[in-house]
Amino acid sequence: MNAHSNGKEAKPARKLCIIASKGALDMAYPPLILANAARMSGIETHVFFTFWGLDIINKAKMKSLHVATVGNPSMHPMFHIPTMLGGLPGMSAMASTMMKKEIDNLGFPPVDEFVQVLIDSGAKMYGCKMSMDMMKLDKEDLVEGAEVLGAMEFLEIADGAQIIFV
Amino acid sequence: MVLTPPATLEDVQFNAEGFMIDPFAWIPELAEAIAEREGLQLTERHWLVINFARKEFEANGEAPTLRSITKNSGVDTREMYALFPSGPAKLAAKLAGLGKPTGCI
Repeated sequence: MNAHSNGKEAKPARKLCIIASKGALDMAYPPLILANAARMSGIETHVFFTFWGLDIINKAKMKSLHVATVGNPSMHPMFHIPTMLGGLPGMSAMASTMMKKEIDNLGFPPVDEFVQVLIDSGAKMYGCKMSMDMMKLDKEDLVEGAEVLGAMEFLEIADGAQIIFV
Repeated sequence: MVLTPPATLEDVQFNAEGFMIDPFAWIPELAEAIAEREGLQLTERHWLVINFARKEFEANGEAPTLRSITKNSGVDTREMYALFPSGPAKLAAKLAGLGKPTGCI
């Protein structure tokens, strides 16, 4: 923000670091929405995708994230799916399709498009090196524009930043 | 209906964040004045966005979301952040005399 626009003292520029560790459809949106809101306010933003969060920036997985219907205590307000029903074939796919439709109705993009918007907006996206090694992934498996980083390097970037863990 | 349109920032009411209180009091000259206050130099591409935002406001009663700007105005996400680095939808709305956009996309 302008230091001289109104004569007030310049605050140090904000920086936000988000760690995305979950790969379910409903848990992919919080880090993406937070990162996008931060970028829309001109805040320097870094998102570190680790463990299942890697699915969000994995080209092969990002279009097919699902919401859990087994043992999920949060399946409301639509209806409560008892775990025994939730394990039947097609239930997770159906719940995921419904959720995608609701997200679309709100004007939010699907995950793959959202990730691209974030990259275009200048958010820095990183795949966690350790998780990638564990899942046998390469940089080429990640969406173009994502880098590979280890935890220590990420923490250097996070110095002075506000950190959100999802 | 404004009978004598304001031409300088002093004639216009802004809220604490710098957004015009009355969007109907906006005229194009104000965009230039607000841009100068924000430290921005307006180009044709900025004007494309400002005009798009005004048209959307006239059609829908509110400032367009960043997503609708990037999908429908011809200016994509990368360019929006290049034109308005400190916050594209907010800055475009300020320049167009519109209220702060409330959405997060």
